Amino acid sequence: MSSDLIFTFGGIGLCGLGLFGFIYHRHLLRRLIAFNLFGNGTFLILVGFAQQGQGNSDPVPQALVLTGIVVAVAATALALVLIRRWFQLKQATELPEDSQS
Amino acid sequence: MSLMQSPMPWLLVIPLAGATLTMLLPDRWRSAASALGILSQLVAALLLSYQVIQSGPQIYAMGNWQAPLGIALRADGLAMLFILMSALVSSLCALYAQSYLKAEKRANFWPLFWFLWASLNGIWLAADTFNLYVGLELLTLAAVGLVAFAADERSLEASIRYLYAALLGSMGYLLGVALLYGAHGTLALDSLAEHWHWGPTSQVAVTLIVGGLLLKTAVFPLHTWLPPAHGGALTPVSALLSALVIKASFYMLLRFWIELDIYRHLPSLSQLLGILGAGAIFWGGWMALRQQHLKWVVAYSTVAQIGYMLLMFPLLTAGQSDASQLAYQGGILMLLAHALAKAGMFLAAGNLMICTGKPDLQALAGMSRYRPLTIFAFGLAGVSLMGLPPSGGFSAKWLLLQSSLLSGQWWWVVVLVLGSLLSAAYIFRVFAYTYRETGEEGDRFARPALSMELTALTLSVASILLGFAAMLPLQLISLPGPLMEALP
Repeated sequence: MSSDLIFTFGGIGLCGLGLFGFIYHRHLLRRLIAFNLFGNGTFLILVGFAQQGQGNSDPVPQALVLTGIVVAVAATALALVLIRRWFQLKQATELPEDSQS
Repeated sequence: MSLMQSPMPWLLVIPLAGATLTMLLPDRWRSAASALGILSQLVAALLLSYQVIQSGPQIYAMGNWQAPLGIALRADGLAMLFILMSALVSSLCALYAQSYLKAEKRANFWPLFWFLWASLNGIWLAADTFNLYVGLELLTLAAVGLVAFAADERSLEASIRYLYAALLGSMGYLLGVALLYGAHGTLALDSLAEHWHWGPTSQVAVTLIVGGLLLKTAVFPLHTWLPPAHGGALTPVSALLSALVIKASFYMLLRFWIELDIYRHLPSLSQLLGILGAGAIFWGGWMALRQQHLKWVVAYSTVAQIGYMLLMFPLLTAGQSDASQLAYQGGILMLLAHALAKAGMFLAAGNLMICTGKPDLQALAGMSRYRPLTIFAFGLAGVSLMGLPPSGGFSAKWLLLQSSLLSGQWWWVVVLVLGSLLSAAYIFRVFAYTYRETGEEGDRFARPALSMELTALTLSVASILLGFAAMLPLQLISLPGPLMEALP
């Protein structure tokens, strides 16, 4: 089994874990961490799967992963600010369950 | 090509510069700088549309870096229409925000506003799937920031929900793009279309991309994040979100759908999207009818209107050229009419809420006598949303109707007609409240600034005029380009 395939399967596993955690948990920080796990899985698939069968490494997926990491960091930072403000206002780490009229 | 030879890069450079400058400048200069930026944006958009009309689709490589590592921009007729639409709606919303927001809030509004506009233009002009992703994420971050801007508990909750839904959607999209790159070795939309082959990887990728984009467009039943976010944000923000932001992911879906020939190969998925659209029309309309909060009525109406736009997907059938063309034109016109009408309606609703000082419908009693101009703006937008002639919404529904008859899918006609009745019901319900008289004196109402009433009216009138001038946008989107080649 080539290392690219290991990366790909590792990535798929991480994506699955992240997605499960994102949907299953209600704690906002846990969901954020799960989102980051999902993101890292995606990046692993990008570097692993995209280079399948080629001997030399392809610069495009690496550039994409770098951009993706920057975007994920920005999104995580924004989410952390919002969660902190939510905690300050409500002393809660979860959103109230849907109570739509 | 240098920066000077094409107006295309300026459509990204100006808003990004605007975002940075308005953060750095002293507060009192921010509005003036934004006004200058808006004017130059309008000039750049008009110049570029002139070029596209005169000499066909334009390609531009940022900083002379060629794809795949560089950022390629592409402008065809459809992209131009969206650029002009976002220029018109954003500048009017900015004018409204100038009077609506207090000075200290306004100072922080401008950077987010410019980031929003930059990412919208980035999406309209993107030539490859990864730039679309970056644009979509930047758009999410700016939009979530703007929702949280109202700074109360409910809007904070709404913005967290919005952020989480949007992050999940764009990560699904990115996973799809990763698989596409693995299967095809390219990211550019045109070379993807050239080398396209269906296999298990492509199918999984398309499923992930479509699912992610549906979540971001708030398609029923994935719409639950939309009403609190759009209904709870500050008025100019609600208008921008409903009119433009949800259109971005829809636009991407449309490009994938047509340029990659998905509609030819997965007719059952097209029907599924149509069914989701029908669900959105009925559920959104029903929920709009049951709301007590004025802006939530308008927000649920957005959920329903997204459904009409989705109806174009099952109608884009392979083999029947006329029906597909009509569906394409009707869908785009529906989108444009909704952008104008919904922005006008949100701004008018905001004015009404300033008058009464309360968000609920009960408080509107006597308003039709006190603020006829704003009620008129609300009503004109409502006419377009209901699809009464001679509005833009009517022309769009007419085209979709003809398309469904031509392609023999009569059941969508039933959906269109019943949906229009439902939208008439929730709009007239709002009107019924404004005509009520409670016997109290009218002077307890506050008065919105004249510029706020006029911006709402301009947008609503534009959505009606679109019915008379429907040929102009339709000619623009029918200019030769990659999209037109891919249609049957």
